[in-house]
Amino acid sequence: MDYKVKLTDEQRAILEGSKGETLAKVMESLVRYGELFGATEMVPISSKFNHLVTSFGLKALGPVYELMDKLLEAGAPSGQKFTVDPKPLDKNVPSSFAQDVVFKLFMYSRQKDYEKQLADLGLLSDNAFTCTCYMDEVGNKPGFGEILSWSESSAVVYANSVLGARCNRNSGIIDLMGSVIGYVPKFGLLTDEGRKADWIVEIKTSKKPEAQLLGSAIGMKVMEDVPYVIGLDKWIGNELDDEACTYLKDFGAATASNGAVGLYHIDGLTPEAAKYGKDLIKEGAKTYVIDDAELERVYNEYPVIWKDKDAAPKLCFMGCPHMSLQQLKDWTDKVEAGLAKSGAGKVSVPTVFTAAPDVLEAFAKTPYADRLKATGVITSYICPLMYMNNPLSEKMPVITSSNKLRTYTSARYYTDDEILEQITQNRKGGRA
Amino acid sequence: MKTFQGRVVAPGRVSAEALVSHNGLNTLASFQKALQFGDKKATCGDQNNPDLYGKQMAGKALCLPQTIGSTTGGLVLYCACSMGRQPAAMLFSNPIDSLAAAGAVLADVWLEGAQSKMPVVDSLGDEFLDYVKDGMNIIIQEDGKVLVSDPF
Repeated sequence: MDYKVKLTDEQRAILEGSKGETLAKVMESLVRYGELFGATEMVPISSKFNHLVTSFGLKALGPVYELMDKLLEAGAPSGQKFTVDPKPLDKNVPSSFAQDVVFKLFMYSRQKDYEKQLADLGLLSDNAFTCTCYMDEVGNKPGFGEILSWSESSAVVYANSVLGARCNRNSGIIDLMGSVIGYVPKFGLLTDEGRKADWIVEIKTSKKPEAQLLGSAIGMKVMEDVPYVIGLDKWIGNELDDEACTYLKDFGAATASNGAVGLYHIDGLTPEAAKYGKDLIKEGAKTYVIDDAELERVYNEYPVIWKDKDAAPKLCFMGCPHMSLQQLKDWTDKVEAGLAKSGAGKVSVPTVFTAAPDVLEAFAKTPYADRLKATGVITSYICPLMYMNNPLSEKMPVITSSNKLRTYTSARYYTDDEILEQITQNRKGGRA
Repeated sequence: MKTFQGRVVAPGRVSAEALVSHNGLNTLASFQKALQFGDKKATCGDQNNPDLYGKQMAGKALCLPQTIGSTTGGLVLYCACSMGRQPAAMLFSNPIDSLAAAGAVLADVWLEGAQSKMPVVDSLGDEFLDYVKDGMNIIIQEDGKVLVSDPF
């Protein structure tokens, strides 16, 4: 078959079967995938590690595990070690007997086998389960300009935008196939043209916008386009310090899940915006102005899909995507202060803060860990999405300040301050 | 009868009854329960999609603008095809998105047997999605031509 994608002699030979039928099919999958988006060539992956989105041994995904077995049988493990999204189960997270039965016997019955498969394919370590693999404590942090084969949407948008790496919004399995073969098709966000902004977003709010709400508003407006955001540096500064990176982590996850953003530029802050400035904006780019009223409108239009809209929350999840070390420390201070104000000893809603295993280990070495434990907050490495994604959990009134969790599950979104009020003041937060 | 010309993503010739989603299809939310609990009809489980929620997707010509949601979308479509619970075809009014493209290509390259095939055509245009209604007859040809007619 003739392809428009230009292949090297080596790539063509693989496609024609020089390394066996399985690798020929891997190459064919990637070439045909690239062809659909006008890829010009297959370029080598240059990051040290890969990151996979599929972390769960979901019974329903049996055919995927069989495909992975084919790769292993063909002697084709990942060419790179990789991290992977968070595990779906953690006994520390409150669950009912019925949930435990559904989780272990029906939904994630293949978890143990799948983790063995991941180890055989090239899992970086037993701690490598997180959606925030780019945290310093985890160590899968690509450099500027590096080519990736990732697919976890919140990690892709962070790597592209905050780190200046280059990665398309791939699907699961395509991510692994890239690192098996060592090449990815060059199109979209791998090209200079594809990284230019289709939208100018002007921030004109009277206070620092909530990261997850701002990201949601932009995601829903621009969908898969690239936004160039002006006026946000006024609120989060001109330096990519820990606080700004944490803000952008949560902001980006919301743009990627409420829309399909794979890259954003923040004027005066993110690396390409700092380097090229407004030259990154395409001619004829559309403009979206965000002020207090616009954020209010977006917040008020979120549907509440709880059966009883006034139900008392039974669980609170924070950390989708996983929290940073500094976030865990800051929230320890906030929860303590909230409880001191209300006079309560512990949080009134069972609350789970989720973070990468390596981040949790680092947190455990600080004095904050015991202080947070004393408030009643539970820490976990779990994926809140995987916990929520079943008929039993979706009936639970769960609250969160994650706009990603809100989008994909029945969890109800509140701002950080409203969440804090609900869990420490025993008062219903937010608006009616 | 009206004819629309699109681009072939996964080739095939099939005729089936139309099922229309005017919003993006959240692949994981739509298929997960069906794949998990052995529902051969692949009843759509996405409560946020009023066009499809509770309707059978397996064996239908699924007409939609694009897919949305988790980047597991491609592998979910691949699984639906492997289990024989896929739509008879997927017909996109827009150029295909990267998640659906991955699912369509993976299924076409890696799965064998007629029971797992799913022709996919994209770029059919907004007019296609305005015209087609649930229950209409759809014929998809190898060259990406899509014929839409009222039910008999």
